[in-house]
Amino acid sequence: MDIKVQVRESEHEAYVVELSGEIDVYTSPKVKDAITELIDQGHYNLVINLEKVRYIDSTGLGVLIGGLKRVREHGGTVNLVCTNPQIKKIFDITGLVKIFGIFDDEQSAKKALV
Amino acid sequence: MNQPVTVPAELDVVELRIPAKAEWVAVARLAVAAVANRLDFSVEDIEDVRLAIAEACTNVIRHATSPGQIDIRCEATLTELTVEVGGGAAVRLRADVRSEDGLGIIIIQSLMDAVEYRAEQSGVVLQMTKRVHAR
Repeated sequence: MDIKVQVRESEHEAYVVELSGEIDVYTSPKVKDAITELIDQGHYNLVINLEKVRYIDSTGLGVLIGGLKRVREHGGTVNLVCTNPQIKKIFDITGLVKIFGIFDDEQSAKKALV
Repeated sequence: MNQPVTVPAELDVVELRIPAKAEWVAVARLAVAAVANRLDFSVEDIEDVRLAIAEACTNVIRHATSPGQIDIRCEATLTELTVEVGGGAAVRLRADVRSEDGLGIIIIQSLMDAVEYRAEQSGVVLQMTKRVHAR
């Protein structure tokens, strides 16, 4: 079990963080490091692509919330790409659907940043 | 007059002890998911159980005052699965939505049919039950 993190620059100074695998108490520090590094470099508009994520727990959610809080301090935002019904359900029951923009595809998530 | 004989559903017990360390939580959730798979749960229900158990283990790890063990006990009948998660550390009892701990508790309570806490000498034991729903 592991998490793969790929970061790539997109149009309009946005960055895409593509995650694949499982995000839990063991793997979430790796995700946190990637997001923190981007924010420290001054990138405040992020798309986090969860399409290849099979599992996320509250630790993973906490990392995403932490990232969102930090970019918002600089006028930025974090949009998510998620199509997995089980993961969408977790955002639903925790009420996080109200604070994240959640999109079915990366293009829509990037478009909503600008 | 003959009374109908009530046959109790057979109770099978599976116990697991893991180190209270982040890298072992995946083992717990895989093992409990495998137990849940023995019952007539839907795939979605098994995913619910998997996540709830991981949240309970994570909670123990977060509040561990010293490296210890997490004890997981699964009681399976034909109609329900009860999982107890306990450790040497105190388990947070109330949901605080401002913290990740709070999210974990909300997730457990949302995904399982019954959630109870029990104080024991070794600490607090979190007991969660998922019932098999007719499909």
